[in-house]
Parts: sequence; structure tokens; C-alpha cells
Amino acid sequence: MIDFDKWQEIFSSMKRHKLRTFLTALSVWWGIFMLVLLLGMGKGLQNSVEHSFRDDAINSLWIYNGRTSKPYKGLPPGRYIQFTNDDYDLIKSQVPEVEHITGRYYLRGQFNIKYKNKSLSFDIRSVHPDHQVLENTIIIKGRFLNDTDIKEYRKVCAIGKIVAEDFFGEEEAIGKYLKIKGTDYKIVGVFRDEGHENEMRKIYLPVTTAQRVDSANGRLHQMMATIGDAGVNESMRIENKIKKLLSERHKFAIDDDQALYVRNGVERFQEFQMVFAFIKGFIWFVGIGSIIAGVIGVSNIMLIVIKDRTKEIGIRKAMGATPLSIIGMVMQEAVFLTSLAGYIGLITGFGLIYGMNYLMVENEMELEFFRNPEVDFMTVLTALIFLICCGALSGLIPAIQAVRINPVAAMKS
Amino acid sequence: MIELKNIQKSYQTGYTKLEVLKGIDLHIEKGEFVSIMGSSGSGKSTLLNILGILDEYDTGEYRLDGTFINKQLTQKQAAIYRNQFIGFVFQSFNLLNFKTALENVALPLYYQKIDRKQRQKVAMEYLDRVGLRDWADHLPNQLSGGQQQRVAIARSMVARPKIILADEPTGALDSKTSFEVMKLFKEVNDEGITVLVVTHENDISKMTKRIIRLNDGIIGENILLENASTGAS
Repeated sequence: MIDFDKWQEIFSSMKRHKLRTFLTALSVWWGIFMLVLLLGMGKGLQNSVEHSFRDDAINSLWIYNGRTSKPYKGLPPGRYIQFTNDDYDLIKSQVPEVEHITGRYYLRGQFNIKYKNKSLSFDIRSVHPDHQVLENTIIIKGRFLNDTDIKEYRKVCAIGKIVAEDFFGEEEAIGKYLKIKGTDYKIVGVFRDEGHENEMRKIYLPVTTAQRVDSANGRLHQMMATIGDAGVNESMRIENKIKKLLSERHKFAIDDDQALYVRNGVERFQEFQMVFAFIKGFIWFVGIGSIIAGVIGVSNIMLIVIKDRTKEIGIRKAMGATPLSIIGMVMQEAVFLTSLAGYIGLITGFGLIYGMNYLMVENEMELEFFRNPEVDFMTVLTALIFLICCGALSGLIPAIQAVRINPVAAMKS
Repeated sequence: MIELKNIQKSYQTGYTKLEVLKGIDLHIEKGEFVSIMGSSGSGKSTLLNILGILDEYDTGEYRLDGTFINKQLTQKQAAIYRNQFIGFVFQSFNLLNFKTALENVALPLYYQKIDRKQRQKVAMEYLDRVGLRDWADHLPNQLSGGQQQRVAIARSMVARPKIILADEPTGALDSKTSFEVMKLFKEVNDEGITVLVVTHENDISKMTKRIIRLNDGIIGENILLENASTGAS
């Protein structure tokens, strides 16, 4: 049975002290509201970074060439380091830790890609079949490049979804021929990519075919390799092993970062995760802080309430109020107020986060560092329960004080 | 009804021990109308608080209607005894100023867990008996001092206590109103309820049937009045 009288007492007590009640509720509301907002924003930040990682394989090493910056064994600095298919073969045969590897070659010059009377400009990458794994390329029609394409210098290509749409619209792309720098390439596959939209504006050619038509003599512009489920330390070891192999072959100092640069995806991802662990920790620190501030606010105000109500409590005690009924009266008010204000904070916080998300989706807003703000409901519910417990606790201390009040002294005041 | 044996009570103030009650022996029968007199500092308020189970005593023995009231009493039991045995009337009325006269009278019944309707019905009866039926919905600050004290008396009677303890009930009232209030106590007493009035005014105490004079923590005089006056003099 709902104790109607008790609730009436609570409401009348709150009504009698409107400002006090409002301020208490405000501090609790603010605590929960800020926690929800912070969690949502943090998650939005994290989502956007995780999204950018979806583009590429995380366990990857990206190997770039450059110019030597240090003299080495009597050789002067400033020499250009040129990767070739031999480097690709070397890593493939000498570094068993490497799971997938691909070279990249970019066709020389400026040119458009033609189909019938359409002439459009797209990026072209000439790669090995393993490139599919490295870039997380997802085939939606046909196939990606394969080993036979490489071995037989086939004139085939895989094109991005947007390339296909721009050239053929609704028509079937597979089997048609694109003219690239005067050579016809048969389309064997269409792909999409989870990463940036630009990844679907690419055309992939077999690296050997491109090198031959360009008379590139087996030159490569960069290489990429995946290294299985190696951890950070293991990835660094493999990175050094590759650096050593290439530095010996091309005769440059192993610590010459200008001659050879390796981007380690594992290390980078780990760094990001650490940054987010830190941000998350910070958010909780601030959030818990604001909740505690709210609870202290409630407790303080309840203490003042008791001071104010000393006489009333004294009279009630003289009339036969048991200690339990006094504790109940004070605590029920504290818990009710904290829960209600906390609940409203929860609703407004959620409302703001989801409103923001809705607006971003509706307006197709793509922010570099913000994406899909969301809040884990359970997390916040836990916070709310924590808050209510704190509310009870913050009511308990003043309640015990209320029970200790000497009715005689109280009524004289 | 009330049996006190060698009740002693002292307060520790700083390094000095202040003995307020130095051994009180008192016997009050059911249905008596007693006034406790004494100058300030004589311990009369302390005695009343002990009788009302609002304060503890140090040594001695206190029986209320045969029930031994001692230190081992839990706060809850004390509250229940207060609620069932004792009605309080105070000098400063001590009404809850945010509640109406009717709600104030009904308060002791609330702590007896009597339901709302019944509470209001009973409270209205008692308010009627003190002549304030028409003032039931008024807040205390809309009532005169005498009316407030009558509300307080109605409140002290509503739970049908065995004794009513009144601490300087006329202290804040003019003499005409004081006599009206005392007349009301007389009527209450006529119903068989034991009434104890603490006062320092002689003409008030003369309206009771027995005067106990406290003197420096002990009982100095115990006078039985054969013909207690009941009206205004």
C-alpha cells in the first residue's frame, strides 16, 4: 500500500522550501546530465577514430621509400632508394612472419580513364592480390585481382562502386573495358570500402601489367604487409627485421628514417587505444566528481533541512514519532528528490545526445572527429542507482542527526 | 498512576556537575489534578521531562501506570509510551505552523497508524470540545494565543492518554485566557484523566487540587486543596 500520508508530508515539505528543493534537484540533475553528455561525447570521438581505422588492416606495416640522409659505408647522403619487385620477393621469402604483402605502383603522368565517349579521372593503384586484405576491400561483384593476373600480365581491373556508378550507372560493369593510358582493361570486379568514400573512387590494376605497360622495370612506390596477430613488441621486431633486410640490400643506415619509413599500424592503434582509455578515465573522473558534488549538495541541504525542522521534529517526537518514522521521513525525501532529479538529468542528457545524433544523421554531417554519439544505457543506469544510493546515504546522516534531537531542547528553540 | 522513588538527575556542564533533582519521591493517583510549582532552577521542568519520557533520570525508579520506565527503554518504546500514555501541552503551544488546526490535533493519531478519515473525525470531535470546530481549517498563525493553546490541549487529549503534562500552559497568555485554559483542564480532569500542570503562578496552581512545591531539587511542600476553585476569580 502506498503510504499516502507520508508522500503528502514529503510534498508539503518540498513545497514549503521551493528554492532549496530546486537547488538540490539542480545539482543532482547537473551531475547526471554532465555524465551522460560526457560519456556520449567521448563515445562519439571514439567512434569516429575507430571508424577511420576500419579503412585499413590494423595489423599492417606500411613501407615507404625516400632519400638517404646519412652517409653510409663511404656512400654520400641524398641517394634515392628505389623499391623493386626484388624487394617484394625478398620480404616475402625472408620474413615468414609476414602474412600478406603487396607492392604499389602508380602509373606515370596525368590521364583520364575512358569508356566509349565518357572520360573521367580516378586514382589508379597497381597492386598485388594481397592488397585486398590490406585495404579491407570488400568485393560486391565479380572478383579481386588474383595471382594469375600477376603472372600472366593480364589486362584486367577491379573498380570501386563509385567508379562503376559514374561510368555505367545502373548497367552491369563486369566484362566491360576501360581504356587507361591507351590500354584496354577488362573489368573483373566491383568493390566497396568501409573507409572514406574516396576509397571507392579507386581502380586496381595487376602490378606487373602496369609496370610492363609503363616500362617501369619492376619498380614499386611502396609496400604494405600484414603481420598476423602480432602484438606491439612483435610488430616492432618484424619492422626492424624488414628495415635490416632492406638497408643491407640498398646500402643505407638502418636508423636512417629518411631513406625508409615504416608506419606500424599495430603501434598506432595501441596508441589510439591508450588515448581513449585515458579519455574514458578522464570522463569518468569528471562524471563521478560531478555526481559526488551533487550528492554532497543534497547532503548539505538535508542537514540544513534538519536544522530548520529541529522544532518540528521535536514536536513530532513528543507526539510519539518513533526514530524509524523520523529516519524514514528524512530519507524518503532525500531519495525521492535525488531519483527524480537524476531521472530528469538522464532523460535530458539522453535527449540531447540522441537529438545531436539525429541531426547529424539527418543533415549527413560528417565531422572528422565526431561520429554517432551514443550512451551505454546500462552504464548510466548504474550511475543512477549509484546516485540513489548516495541520495539515501546523504539522507541517512542528517536523519540520524534528526533522531538524536532532544525534543525538549528542540521545542524550546 | 505515577510513582517516583528517589529520582536523581544531574547535568554535566563543563567541569561542574549541576544537581537538578536530588531525590524526588512522589506518588500521584489516577484522576488527580496536580500543579508543580517552584522558582526557576528548582528542577520542575526537568521533572516534567522525566515524567514525559523526554529525558532520562540518573538513579531512582519511575513507574507509569505500573510500567517501569527505565534507561533500558529503547527510543522506539519511549515513543510508543509517549504516544499512548502521555499528552503534552507546552508554554509556546508547539503546533506545527504549516498544518491546520485539525491536522495538528490529528498528529498523535497519525503515529498510531490510524487511517486518515478516522483521524480527522476523531480530531474534529476534540476540536469541537475545545470550542474550535469553526477554526479547523485555520493555520496556527491565524489563531489567537488562547485558541492555539486550546488546539494544543485538544491535541494532547486526542490519543486518550492516561496523563496530560502541561509545562507552563498559561505562561504566554493573559489572565482571562489563562483561566479559560485552566477551566478546560478541569473539564479534562473531570473525565478521569490525570493532569499535571507546571507553573510558577499561584492563582493558576490554586485551580488545581494538589500543589507540589519543588525547592532546590527536592519536594518542599505537598498541599492538598479541598476546594479547588474552578472559575475566574
